[in-house]
Amino acid sequence: MPRLRLRTKGNTVDHSANHTPRTMLDTIWDSHRILSRDDGQDLLFVDRHFIHDVTEPAFRMLRDRGLAPRSPGRIFGTPDHYVPTHSRKATAINDPERRTMIEALTRDARGADITVFGLGDPRQGIVHVVGPEQGLSLPGMIIVCADSHTSTHGAVGALAFGIGATEVGHALATQSLWQRRPGRMRVSVDGTLGAGVTAKDVILAIIAKIGVAGAVGHAIEYAGSAIRGLSMEGRLTLCNMSIEAGGRVGFVAPDDTTFAYLAGRPYAPKEAAWDRAVARWRRLASDPDAVFDREVTLDASEIAPMVTWGTTPEDALPITGRVPDPDAAPTAERRETMSRALAYMGLTPGTPLEEVPVDRVFIGSCTNGRIEDLRSAAGIVKGRKVAAGVDAWVVPGSEPVRAQAEAEGLDLVFKTAGFEWRYAGCSMCLATNGDTVAAGQRCASTSNRNFVGRQGVGARTHLMSPAMAAAAAVTGRLSDVRRLMAGA
Amino acid sequence: MEPLQRIEAVALPIAQPNCDTDQITPARFLQKPRSDDFGRYLFADVRFRADGSEIPDFILNRPEYRAARIIAAERNFGCGSSREHAVWSLHDYGIRAVIAPSFGDIFRSNCLKNGLVPVVLPEDEVKALLDGLAASPGAHIAVDVVEQVVVFPDGSVRGFDIDPFAKHCIVQGLDELDYTLSQSSAIESFERDYDERHR
Repeated sequence: MPRLRLRTKGNTVDHSANHTPRTMLDTIWDSHRILSRDDGQDLLFVDRHFIHDVTEPAFRMLRDRGLAPRSPGRIFGTPDHYVPTHSRKATAINDPERRTMIEALTRDARGADITVFGLGDPRQGIVHVVGPEQGLSLPGMIIVCADSHTSTHGAVGALAFGIGATEVGHALATQSLWQRRPGRMRVSVDGTLGAGVTAKDVILAIIAKIGVAGAVGHAIEYAGSAIRGLSMEGRLTLCNMSIEAGGRVGFVAPDDTTFAYLAGRPYAPKEAAWDRAVARWRRLASDPDAVFDREVTLDASEIAPMVTWGTTPEDALPITGRVPDPDAAPTAERRETMSRALAYMGLTPGTPLEEVPVDRVFIGSCTNGRIEDLRSAAGIVKGRKVAAGVDAWVVPGSEPVRAQAEAEGLDLVFKTAGFEWRYAGCSMCLATNGDTVAAGQRCASTSNRNFVGRQGVGARTHLMSPAMAAAAAVTGRLSDVRRLMAGA
Repeated sequence: MEPLQRIEAVALPIAQPNCDTDQITPARFLQKPRSDDFGRYLFADVRFRADGSEIPDFILNRPEYRAARIIAAERNFGCGSSREHAVWSLHDYGIRAVIAPSFGDIFRSNCLKNGLVPVVLPEDEVKALLDGLAASPGAHIAVDVVEQVVVFPDGSVRGFDIDPFAKHCIVQGLDELDYTLSQSSAIESFERDYDERHR
């Protein structure tokens, strides 16, 4: 290696006085830095590596080089992309390639002594729901997974980011990754969220404001009173979509909400170890006078229930709006992009968003498949019926979420209204398991991407919160959930 | 990984921002083994009809662009999903360099692991390049990784930045893993101290 100098870092974080104010990003980064290269990349220690049923190529790379996973005790897996949601049996998967993906996870993990919550295990689910739920994702950790929505785990106060297959192989073999420290970006949302406005609306409003490339090269720290006021599940939704703003990493400083959520989770520290951990975690937050490379602020009271109209998550508007007119676009480039998006979406400029009919409703995904999401949707559905001609699904984010929902009777609320009640998995968010939206169909979806073809070739996706998706299901069109709340 | 010092080839202009990895390789191909020719899946939904026939309007299907081995695109190319399959599709088709004002962070990293060079140029220079390629379809450009320059269709030259280590790996066709494995003792000693601090 030419010109390559290494510096071994001291392993202790300096908490003494007289240091420059630090961000949480720097604190966690520095405490995981094994080596630094003179090109500015640091070798970071990985606390937790999640794997799923698209990790097969990485295991193959390892086998081809005669390597084995270095630290199986730090690696956990669960199948999610290819699991059927109408059955818990692998034999219910008709496509042999899909079945092979799940079998490969089981085989690769078993061969390496990696714990997997497999199909049929009561802990199985979408990996980004399972990690926090089992207490495997903890404050101060560096967490990686071969999925861009790994940013989700930042909600517990971790640095969590998605990686590609080659990086998965590297992380499996060395429990470390070379990374360049991202820029420090703080997105502050202060004030009080209005009725019917959820974490999903907050993140869609943020992306609409900064754009889908707004946080490229940056780690987003979410701050402000409205963020601190979110439940842990709301924070998971928020951090989940950091990547839709271009940020590989998004996180919230851990606080009492975090600790209350994690306490007693199966893999969280116990007793004296818990107390020591909480004491460490309380020191992670950014110093009050820490300096950020970029600052963005939003007023919580100005955020309305949001819905997307186009083919990127930045194409989002308050539900009270109208389909935008490309002729009013500020640039020719934007006009062309908007026209292409509207043509794909089958929408006419000027149409009130509330007049757009839907064919499908999907409530689920790593963004919005948690118990609070299902309670919120059920609250709108209760006493109502799915509109004629609408095919509405609820796919819990994990089997524990499904069990909890059934214990609360939410499954009956959905089924009585005419929803399909499914088993846990990624399902229609990216349609890899065969749960697809047909070409030309319009879907009100609680997932994270409205990209062209994301839910199926020619599928038209409108992103929104679970309550908004529930409202669309019962009215048969995009609807302002606030008019359906509290019997209004 | 194949070494890449310099490539001169037809450049394909993709005059569209935020070209996501779902467009580059639709998710239904994630179940395909790496031994497949992923070039067949590149831009599959806009390149082919359901019956497998080509959509003539799509730029890659036009005769003058079929031999493209370089892509020029607008900002945030490769945003979205972390799927390395998107890079495999580009690679297997023959693409060795992508030029854009910005890239999705994960995509950019995946490129470097597969011998594709992601070249960042300022927005106005990319605009000029896209305009030049539109004006003379099938024009050749060059990306010289060693010299860190792009040669435009008119022969003019623009410099670009690349991490020295990434450049070394691309130019020599090396990957990082062997290098990291040579540092195993540093990882082991770090891990011992780290676990001690987190009891």
